[in-house]
Amino acid sequence: MIEIRNVRKSFGNHEVIKGVSLEVKKGEVLCLIGASGSGKSTMLQCINGLEPIQAGEILVDGISVHAKSTDLNLLRQKLGIVFQQYNAFPHLNALENVALAPRIVRKMRPKDALEIAREHLDYVGLSAQAEQYPTSLSGGQQQRLAIARALAMKPDYMLFDEVTSALDPELVGEVLDTIRKLRTNGMTMIMVTHDIAFARESADRVAFFDGGVICEIGDARQVITAPNKERTQQFLQRVLH
Amino acid sequence: MKITLPYSGLQWSDLWFVLQGIGNTVLLTVIAATIGTIIGLALGWARGESKTARWAFAPIINVVRSVPLIIQLILASSFFAMAGGEASPLVAGCVVLSLYMGVLTSELVRAGLASVHITLRRAARSLGMSYWQELRHVSAPLALRAVFPGWVGTLIALTKDTALVGVLGYVELMRATQILINRTNEALLILTGAGLFYFLICYPISRYCRRLEKAMNHD
Amino acid sequence: MFGYTFYWSIVWQKLPELAAGAALTLQITVLSMILGTAFGAALAIGRQGRGLGLRLSTAWVELARNTPALFQIYMVYFGLGAFGIHLSSYVAMVAALTFNNAGYLAEVFRGGLSSVPKTQMSAARSLGMTVGQSYARVVFPQVFKTVFFPYVNQLNWALLNSSLGMIIGLRELTGATQAAQSESFRTFEFFLVAAAIYFLLSKIVEVSARLIFRRLFRT
Repeated sequence: MIEIRNVRKSFGNHEVIKGVSLEVKKGEVLCLIGASGSGKSTMLQCINGLEPIQAGEILVDGISVHAKSTDLNLLRQKLGIVFQQYNAFPHLNALENVALAPRIVRKMRPKDALEIAREHLDYVGLSAQAEQYPTSLSGGQQQRLAIARALAMKPDYMLFDEVTSALDPELVGEVLDTIRKLRTNGMTMIMVTHDIAFARESADRVAFFDGGVICEIGDARQVITAPNKERTQQFLQRVLH
Repeated sequence: MKITLPYSGLQWSDLWFVLQGIGNTVLLTVIAATIGTIIGLALGWARGESKTARWAFAPIINVVRSVPLIIQLILASSFFAMAGGEASPLVAGCVVLSLYMGVLTSELVRAGLASVHITLRRAARSLGMSYWQELRHVSAPLALRAVFPGWVGTLIALTKDTALVGVLGYVELMRATQILINRTNEALLILTGAGLFYFLICYPISRYCRRLEKAMNHD
Repeated sequence: MFGYTFYWSIVWQKLPELAAGAALTLQITVLSMILGTAFGAALAIGRQGRGLGLRLSTAWVELARNTPALFQIYMVYFGLGAFGIHLSSYVAMVAALTFNNAGYLAEVFRGGLSSVPKTQMSAARSLGMTVGQSYARVVFPQVFKTVFFPYVNQLNWALLNSSLGMIIGLRELTGATQAAQSESFRTFEFFLVAAAIYFLLSKIVEVSARLIFRRLFRT
């Protein structure tokens, strides 16, 4: 379970998260929606410990992400994250991209790491591209590679940060299919997305971020089709029409 | 009567000597930069546009880039001596440094031309522009803008490289410095002065250049 | 040509001396590059920091880049005498070239580091890699690739710059050539051979660098 308690986060004098609390249970899929700059992407980076926080705490399976005593590298193995920019390692081919972390973080034998890597490339449908370097892959393929890379660490949770925003429209489908597959397999996920239709279809719950706070949170269908708050209605009207 | 500077064997007349050295450095730099830039523009354009030119000029470009300048200078001056004409060190220096500047500039110009996208050139031609109109109004302005920071950098390198012409006996600043050192044994003081001169010319230009490059990369 | 008769046999007689000079040239080049790499890396790190370290490393880099290499050599060879430090021309040459190489390499390294997007670090850290692992496995391999050719370029510069040893009486290739020709005054022939040797060395560096790059990065 991921518990977020009253978290505040600033960049310099600019406060982007102004006290957010929420919980994500095992097997649940939560989508974070909201305008650009509302703090939802920053929230994900905080959960992974890539960004420090100024107040509150984030617990992953009861372990505080930002406590000094926490071994972040160990904790991060539970939390896979995929970014908007694919961030494939350009000096490694697809197979090596996936095998690197299992080998040096999990200390697997090279043979086993490659085995794992092959499995996960297969899972995201990239078996045929195993020997190719990121520069020769399409955006959608690179993004699926990034998902495979994160999955190879056998995380308990997956965080997706606007993973389809940088993609050409015709490549969005293949990435979303991969995420649907993960949902079917019961992965716990937090997704930041601008794709409202996808959020309604695949999320259990949706949280609407506005100005650094959660304006409304609840059942995905309810929040998107019949929101309670006026701010949520306005936002949805703007993005859906 | 000689007026001596305190704590040194330097004389006031030496200041005039150093100033002459500076004058000679500047003279050499200006001549070589001017001729070299003209050569570089022509050579760069030719190498950028024609395979034959690329092939034909490759040997000389290779040689200029892979043989120490000091040896190029000695070869040029002894070549002039062999040819019978007693060429002055200034002439030999100008010839070698102009060619050197020309080759380095031509590399920049060629890269600059290559940076202008082919579709842009086609677009210009499709509007009915002739080859020369397109070059004059589209490719050249774009390429030269891209080339400018690199060209300034080459200019700085040239300024520093003029110091080598002293080897031929041309009394530019470094040579003047060495003569004074031999006479007065005031190496540190004299060298500091000379170093300061080069630094005060090169540093502001290179800073300006770096800022320019940053600004262009942000476009 | 011009009634001048070339006279080569005297050059072949002195070939062993030139070969010894070439060996010294390589030695100085390699030594000053190894030391320059170490200092250059330190300077690149120093320039990321603050305070005295930042100011000292900036001063080093800017002095190395904005004054003539010949000035730097004079400073080490003559200038340090004011502090009672008298170096042999060999040590002075290695020290001055190290100073020069480090200044240029610091900029090369800095450029390499800034060419890797910060998000690569986040991506590596998000997979549970430590800072050290992220640098070693993800950032540095990419830096290495972007830095490779600028580094080889500097190696070539060091090779050519080492020819300045002649001016302070060092018998590296240029100095050895100068000494060998002084008996016969066959300046042109001797320096033409020296030029050919430099050309060859420089091409060997260039070609082997390209082969190594291809092996390493499979491009």
